[in-house]
Amino acid sequence: MLDKVIFFFFAGVAILSAALMVTRRNAIHSAIFLITALMATAGIFLQLRAEFLFVTQIILYVGGIMVLFIFVIMLVRLDVALHQIRFRLQRLVALLVVVALGAEVSVMFWVARKIPGDGLLIRGSAPVDKLPPNTEALAKSLFSSYLLPFEIASVLLLVAMVGAVVMAKKRTDAQ
Amino acid sequence: MMPASYYLFLSLALFLIGAIGVITRRNVIVVLMSIELILNAVNINLVAFSRIFGDVAGQVFALFIIADAAAEAAVGLGIIIAFFRNRETVLADEMDLLKW
Repeated sequence: MLDKVIFFFFAGVAILSAALMVTRRNAIHSAIFLITALMATAGIFLQLRAEFLFVTQIILYVGGIMVLFIFVIMLVRLDVALHQIRFRLQRLVALLVVVALGAEVSVMFWVARKIPGDGLLIRGSAPVDKLPPNTEALAKSLFSSYLLPFEIASVLLLVAMVGAVVMAKKRTDAQ
Repeated sequence: MMPASYYLFLSLALFLIGAIGVITRRNVIVVLMSIELILNAVNINLVAFSRIFGDVAGQVFALFIIADAAAEAAVGLGIIIAFFRNRETVLADEMDLLKW
């Protein structure tokens, strides 16, 4: 019961702030609402007993990526974008795409519900007090089964860092 | 424990809102933020199934997706800054350098 209350609270906050993020004109407002949505998702992770991801989400997404976004919004002059009317046809296309995609996935869920067995509505899972410590289990899996992807991810982050620095760097006349 | 469909529909809703943002917004920074929202929606699915099956692998994948999102944001924002320096705009429909 408490699980349900917590889930619906965070889900409501996430969907509401995501909708506000997409509709606000001001990019800074969008960024703030995206932060709220990401925090609510972190709450959902905690409700799913993924404590490590909960902390990672807040530190990395909210503390790292969103600060980067807000810095760039402040660097870039946006007042032109504020006063322009959005393209009408695009909104129609978006509506069509979203309705088609939503209907497709909903039908998929509905069909999967009727599959013999439990389908997608699986209710059984380990009770909370039987779960292994989350961070320990995650570390064991990450550094044994997924060691190679982990190393590749570190190379990817290095490449992204170098790429971002090279692109954002000011060109000097000497070059 | 709650049925998986709750999480699936929450994830679907966030994904669709992110898709609307990607299609309708002209500001490239907001488009990038919508992509972050989409990646986040996928993470909810992975963590929910990780909890349901009692297998921590889903959370490992979610961790990799977060790392990818960080890399994507860094490179994307670098491109936006470089483009803004050249063309003084961040609107998607004014980025037409490759148009014939």
